[in-house]
Amino acid sequence: MKEGRTHKKFQKFGMVIDLDKCTGCGSCMVACMAENNVPFRKDESNKLLSITWMRVYKLTNGMPFPKIDVCYLPRPCMQCEGQHEGHSPCVSVCPAIATDYSMESGIVSQIYTRCFGCRYCMASCPYHARYFNWWDPIWPDGMEKYLSPNVSPRMRGVVEKCSFCFHRYQLAKDRAFMEGRPELQEDEYQTACTQACPAGAITFGDLNNPKHTVSKMAEPDPKHSGRPKNPNAFRLLERLGTNPKVYYLSSREWVRRAGDNYLKNEKKVKKPVHHG
Amino acid sequence: MKIGRRGFLSFVIGGAAGTALSPLPWKMMDDSSIWTQMWPWTPVPEDGEASYVNSVCTLCSGHCGITVRKIDNRAVKIEGMKGHPVNNGGMCLLGLSGLQLLYGPMRVKTPLKRTGKRGQGQWKKISWNDAVSEVVEKLRDIRSEGNPQTVGFISGSDRGTVSRLFDRFLTAYGSPNFMRMPSVRDSYELTQYLMQGVQALPGFDFENADFIVSFGSGIIDGWGSPVRMSRVHSAWQSADVKVIQIEPRLSNTAAKSDKWIPINPGTEAALAMGLAHVIVKESLYDAAFVKNYVEGFFDWKNRVIDKYNPDTVASITGIDRGTIVVLARGFANASKPLAVCGRGNGTTPVSLDECMAVNALNALVGNINKKGGVWAVSEPNYINWPEIEMDAKAAAGLQHERLDGAGSKTYPFTRYLLPRLPETIDSGEKFPLQALFVSGANPLYTHPDTRAVRNAFDKIPLVVSFSSYMDETAQNADLILPNHVYLERYEDVPTPAGMIQPVIGLSRPVVAPQFDTRHVGDVVIQMAKGLGGSVAKTFPWDSYDSCLKETLGDLWNFLMEEGFWSNTGAMPPFFGTSYETASGKFELINKDTGSIPQFKPVSIEGDEKDYPLLLIPYDSIRLACGFIGDPPFVMKTVEDSVLKGKDVFVELNPKTARNQGLREGQRVVLTTPKGKAEVKVHLFEGIMPGLVALPRGLGHTAWDEYLAGKGINFNALIGPVEDPDSGLDAAWGIRAKLEKA
Repeated sequence: MKEGRTHKKFQKFGMVIDLDKCTGCGSCMVACMAENNVPFRKDESNKLLSITWMRVYKLTNGMPFPKIDVCYLPRPCMQCEGQHEGHSPCVSVCPAIATDYSMESGIVSQIYTRCFGCRYCMASCPYHARYFNWWDPIWPDGMEKYLSPNVSPRMRGVVEKCSFCFHRYQLAKDRAFMEGRPELQEDEYQTACTQACPAGAITFGDLNNPKHTVSKMAEPDPKHSGRPKNPNAFRLLERLGTNPKVYYLSSREWVRRAGDNYLKNEKKVKKPVHHG
Repeated sequence: MKIGRRGFLSFVIGGAAGTALSPLPWKMMDDSSIWTQMWPWTPVPEDGEASYVNSVCTLCSGHCGITVRKIDNRAVKIEGMKGHPVNNGGMCLLGLSGLQLLYGPMRVKTPLKRTGKRGQGQWKKISWNDAVSEVVEKLRDIRSEGNPQTVGFISGSDRGTVSRLFDRFLTAYGSPNFMRMPSVRDSYELTQYLMQGVQALPGFDFENADFIVSFGSGIIDGWGSPVRMSRVHSAWQSADVKVIQIEPRLSNTAAKSDKWIPINPGTEAALAMGLAHVIVKESLYDAAFVKNYVEGFFDWKNRVIDKYNPDTVASITGIDRGTIVVLARGFANASKPLAVCGRGNGTTPVSLDECMAVNALNALVGNINKKGGVWAVSEPNYINWPEIEMDAKAAAGLQHERLDGAGSKTYPFTRYLLPRLPETIDSGEKFPLQALFVSGANPLYTHPDTRAVRNAFDKIPLVVSFSSYMDETAQNADLILPNHVYLERYEDVPTPAGMIQPVIGLSRPVVAPQFDTRHVGDVVIQMAKGLGGSVAKTFPWDSYDSCLKETLGDLWNFLMEEGFWSNTGAMPPFFGTSYETASGKFELINKDTGSIPQFKPVSIEGDEKDYPLLLIPYDSIRLACGFIGDPPFVMKTVEDSVLKGKDVFVELNPKTARNQGLREGQRVVLTTPKGKAEVKVHLFEGIMPGLVALPRGLGHTAWDEYLAGKGINFNALIGPVEDPDSGLDAAWGIRAKLEKA
């Protein structure tokens, strides 16, 4: 299908994660693994080798006892748009077009059979969101039964990453097409992590659609490549200009500041205005 | 033909150029990339028709509704059930990885009989008929010798038809020794019984409270029904509810609370009494409630004023006076304050003092059985079975006291005291327990002082495990009669932990049994039938399924259709008339037992000279520490500051580390009076100086290779400390020392 024929307006799927609500339980990580046939190994304590499309990081404010504070930050693929559409760090370097930017959905794809494992994309990704399959995936005898046919298991030697559960988008689109509806409802396409989060900390939807909750929460500013207008919202490494589609909310200043790098003598981030 | 030098060179160069210009190298490169990726051993999941089955997760007492996605007859994904009163679509990480338990390598696939020594892992497969008749024979022998009371049953729960069948079996057989796994529910039940005169489930109306004081309860670390607590926590964030977390370590709950107040471990009851002092002294209590519905207030008031002034409490708890006073005022002045106790995920009891002191706080602000308060929730009453037929042997057996001492003269009102069992077995009497059945529990892992528990188990001639998984208890059993896992069986699941509204869920088979397993309910019925006589008559059902169907009656069809039943409009028992105590009021002082909310330090093991540090456990929702161990997916989420390779980290305040001359990542030997283990040091500012914290849930010796042998089991380093008032295990830690390895 040619782009634009059925969807006149392009969508830009994005996520808002409320770090005040996030409890750091890790359900999003497991929901993602179960949904996307992510493999596992006997020892997963070397986190550089552990494949977690969604990973929850633990942040601390670095203060001594008892002023110390802890915050958890779930990190999926940021689905960067770059300064002009499709100029994501990984997409621009892939020599095999194994990863591509979809203008229709704003999702950065990963096509395993095209990937030949040069790992250039991993080097270019500032978020460590990409993982390399150093080993064959091996499921213990019988456990292959739970593998989902909607996501192909990957093989040794390729890179994989979060796809915003793209197969769910395809399924939802198919269903809508069969029912003769040109557009998807907001709740028709939700990622596995969003659905599972016990705290309701993750919100998912179309950032281009002002009616969707994500747009209302983050208030992306199209004039400044999507920078959030909500003073409590921030994106990771905003100043790199990767234009990510994952927004974070936090009422704590140190958390918002942890989202980017600052020089030591740099002024503090402007104090947010509290609503309500 | 002669090939000259020139001819040879032109042939080679021409050939090379020709090959390079042809598509052959490119084609081969392409092919090789395909060959190297399309290995036949990379599975291609078979496609098929998708369907969904609704059921209930029983991996913990949270009882979330689940919707399982299936492709043909394979279950491929567990999701939270939308609209379910507990989780409404959300799901915890353990529940999400349930399929790894269903299809996992840790399953026991057929009935097994031990051939080698206990715990050696040498088994032989036997048929179900042989297995059941072997058990029946042994039981018949014990009974004919006139010792039916020497048979015990340890169950993960005492609610629902399955547990009730166990209990019924033991009663008809003639043994009082049905035991439930311990948890903070034990403390709450006893507290409610002593102060309110009711035998009920503790329920907490968190959804409507607006000021929470948590005495170390890991509200988002697995306490209560974990997904419900997460949802409540998020609602608090939006509604600006104040949450004050009091505990020695910055848990996730503490980090997310409005205020974290570090407290000397084990002094929570003292703080509760200190808060009561301020509330009473400044007359901030609910005078109407106290006047009309509270008995013994004035006697208690004098004690509180006398003994627990903020300065005294400050010196006990390490919390400064000002903080105590501000907290007490904040609590008493809030419109719906709620105080709650039960450390970490609530799988260990607290001392009776502590639970009563916290309950007294709730009574002072008049929030007992009220919106936003603590409720005594009555169990949905749907199990109405015919009277148990008892013959003379059963009646004689039931005359004996329980082995764990619950209900004895010393502990008349405590219902179960499992941690006391090893001591009783060890105390020398000849075979006080001749046969022990274990279901839905893994005492050899979860009980404090695992070595002592194991020694005690070794003295029991017959240990039968109903575990679906090769856990520590199954590994050390004589017979394993594997139950279906929760995704393969029917079971009624009553009200989740801590909920105020009665819920009945129906766990149902999502897939057909994968192995030669059998429903434990069926096995119990078959055992009863095998024994014959009055025991058999007590079980008039052909199978567990028919028993369940008959028990639920009309509810069965409803549950089959809806998946759960819940009374959403549940009202608290009217607070004026809901007390069944002698005085008909809320009793601050129980006249029969003399129990009174107060603070007495729980004396933990070890002396300060040999063991300068204090070891406390901590719970993380990413580490399952009950009868289920972490499946591989959940192990992936464990941080590398908790577990690295096979080494677990203990948390130390940098100050403590400096005093001990230790640094980050250093390998040390952790010694307590109960045992020693090699661990690594992790420096964490979020723990009080002088403490060492070790996570619970690691150090399995059984299960699969993804979990076994990693880290240390906290329970191997601590022993139970008997609460003199209740008999419950009130240990909150143990003295310890660290030495460089």
